[in-house]
Amino acid sequence: MALSGIEIYKHLPKTNCKDCGFPTCLAFAMKLSQKSVELSACPHVSEAGKTALEAASRPPIRLVTLGGGEKKIAVGNEVVLFRHEKTFYHPPGLVVRVKDTQSLAEVEKLVAAAAGYTVERVGIHMGLDGFAIENASGNGAAFLKCVDAVAAKTTLPLVLMSSDPAALEGALAKYADRKPLIYAANKDNVAAVAALAAKHKCPVAVVSRDGLDQLSDLTEAVNKAGVEDIVLDPGARDFGGTLRSLTQLRRLALKKNFRPLGYPVITFPGDSASSPEEETLLASQHVAKYGGIVVLNQFDPSLVYPLLTMRLNIYTDPQKPIQVQPGVYQVGTPKNSSPLLISTNFSLTYFAIAGETESSGYPAWLLIVDTEGQSVLTAWAAGKFDADKIAKSVKQFDMASKLAHRSLVLPGHVAVLRGELEEALPDWKIMVGPREAVDIGGFLKRSWS
Amino acid sequence: MPKVEVPLEKWSGKVREVTLGGSGGRKGLTVGGEATLPFLSFEGAMPHPPSVAIEVSDTPASEWAAPLRQAWGDALEDPGAWAKKAAELGADLIVLRLNSAHPEQGNTGPEQAKAAAEKVLAAVNLPVVVLGPEVPEKDNEVLMAVSDLAAGQRIGLGYCMEKNYRTIAASCIANNHVALAKTPIDLNLAKQLNILISDVGLSADSIIMDPTTGALGYGLEYTYSVMERLRLAALVGDKMTAMPMFCTVGEESWRQKESKFAEGVPPTWGQHDRRSLVWEQITALALINAGADIVVLRHPKTVDAVKAAIRKLAG
Repeated sequence: MALSGIEIYKHLPKTNCKDCGFPTCLAFAMKLSQKSVELSACPHVSEAGKTALEAASRPPIRLVTLGGGEKKIAVGNEVVLFRHEKTFYHPPGLVVRVKDTQSLAEVEKLVAAAAGYTVERVGIHMGLDGFAIENASGNGAAFLKCVDAVAAKTTLPLVLMSSDPAALEGALAKYADRKPLIYAANKDNVAAVAALAAKHKCPVAVVSRDGLDQLSDLTEAVNKAGVEDIVLDPGARDFGGTLRSLTQLRRLALKKNFRPLGYPVITFPGDSASSPEEETLLASQHVAKYGGIVVLNQFDPSLVYPLLTMRLNIYTDPQKPIQVQPGVYQVGTPKNSSPLLISTNFSLTYFAIAGETESSGYPAWLLIVDTEGQSVLTAWAAGKFDADKIAKSVKQFDMASKLAHRSLVLPGHVAVLRGELEEALPDWKIMVGPREAVDIGGFLKRSWS
Repeated sequence: MPKVEVPLEKWSGKVREVTLGGSGGRKGLTVGGEATLPFLSFEGAMPHPPSVAIEVSDTPASEWAAPLRQAWGDALEDPGAWAKKAAELGADLIVLRLNSAHPEQGNTGPEQAKAAAEKVLAAVNLPVVVLGPEVPEKDNEVLMAVSDLAAGQRIGLGYCMEKNYRTIAASCIANNHVALAKTPIDLNLAKQLNILISDVGLSADSIIMDPTTGALGYGLEYTYSVMERLRLAALVGDKMTAMPMFCTVGEESWRQKESKFAEGVPPTWGQHDRRSLVWEQITALALINAGADIVVLRHPKTVDAVKAAIRKLAG
């Protein structure tokens, strides 16, 4: 949690020596609180002051990173409870679990399919982030074989799931450089598992089903072993339990700056679910409400695609207008006789128009003009959606070659551009469409037969 | 004394309780009343968990996607039969959409609206909400007729929008109904419309607001955040944002190509029948977690899944 200038000032020497380049210690403290200077600019701050200020400038939820390859999972370091207050920064890692009781062929097939899965949405490629391998057999050799099989198929981050330190040690000896998450230290094995995490420099999860007091005792024990990268499992599994415990953890970290529980959270939505659909539904809740790593029991594109879309939605930055890529979009399978609709690249505008056109049943071309993510009226008022720009886009994307006709439909809100556009595109017939997307279906029915 | 003390918020406001039905022989359903954010039982009460409505159309919904048409079968042909089946499948209330009144979809008038509403009201004893085609003049025309028909049964009538709230609100006062107030994903507009409707003289206990639903992948995050903001505003004591919230989840999810189409979509989208249901379910759950008091659904399996999730959230 960021300290105010006054709070920082209390830890400074208060001598106004000016060695930092500022006229007073208070002025320096103010600059520090805005993060525009470094504490090291003050040569006289005491060790105690330095420790206090460094501790306070640590993020309330630690950023924990898994993975040694190109793709990593970095979670934590969130600063708000509600995305509208700022934004959610680190999308939860979605990992698929395999068990060492499954046949190796089955595991390999699943891992290859899930690791290779990508799906595109509004120009963004989405996919899964890693794999969890569970030592369900209780046998260390079987566990290592299964980890070998997964590791051979993917470089994505791994979660090693076993409560047996010896089984974990076997896998860590071989794969510590991949920085897997060790799952998990519990009250019975914490000393041994924390020592493994320290020795192999890997992040470690702590699990307790006996409340937050015990969970925080465990993180403190792990800290004492010299391990900072911790992931929490508060033990809850169902809809209500996870909503409440994950909300409590997020609040404790952000509102109380409670260090022992200032870590990202791992969830297992499949453990309480009665069907794959229910697992997906609960996973979608964990995406919105404070999950950090979400372990899925299966991989099915019909379930993963909606879940990835949910993550994309929740983790978009509400401070920025969300844009779609300018260009030509097809609704249905348009022909050269299909209508051409013009609009801006504010994502909500695009989705409204694409959705309404879709449900109208008329295949159509959408020409999306770059207005820096502004909606039709806003962009028009700001001079970002004018006749010149539209004409330029029509030419740039060579609409003439795609169409047998020469008609384009302007959004009703910018009917005023019609005259200028007729001058800029003399071969084209400029039609004025409806003001609201919801009326597109009716407009096409009336005007495009 | 436990070491870890979870911070509790001291909310000064709470969501209004609004009752649909419960009068004129109709079964009652109260929504709202939350004294904290959804399901945070460690902090405050949620006396009425979110309710599940099933949407029924006065047309046979020929444009609906295959999984929906298969699920409802012959019931699609008659709003009464449809409502009855919806009640059997566990709906807490029925939402009747007067689609045929839309100027582009038949432009039917008050008589047809009354006939459809009469069938639904006769078929079920559950609370009913009747929505017009969202064309302001047309809504006034058909909803007035339905309002008079159902006088005293405390049905919901929608939508009051910026352009036509007066007529519908006045009719709700006259016939003891509940107004549904719809605004386009904006906190201030939602609040303003609630104030305008209250100024007409309709009690704030007879207003439910629809902040406009964006489906998963199609603006869900906007609706989600506006609803969280509306709910937080209500909890800190703003009485004009404290109305229960109503979300047309089924309608919005099933318009999208992910839900509508089995063919001509990328293979990475997986199986249509599974994906389309999960699309509706995720949209519903996200908005329930953001504060929805009523979600209007289309597929019976979504109804089951969402009711189970609500039960498990409350448990």
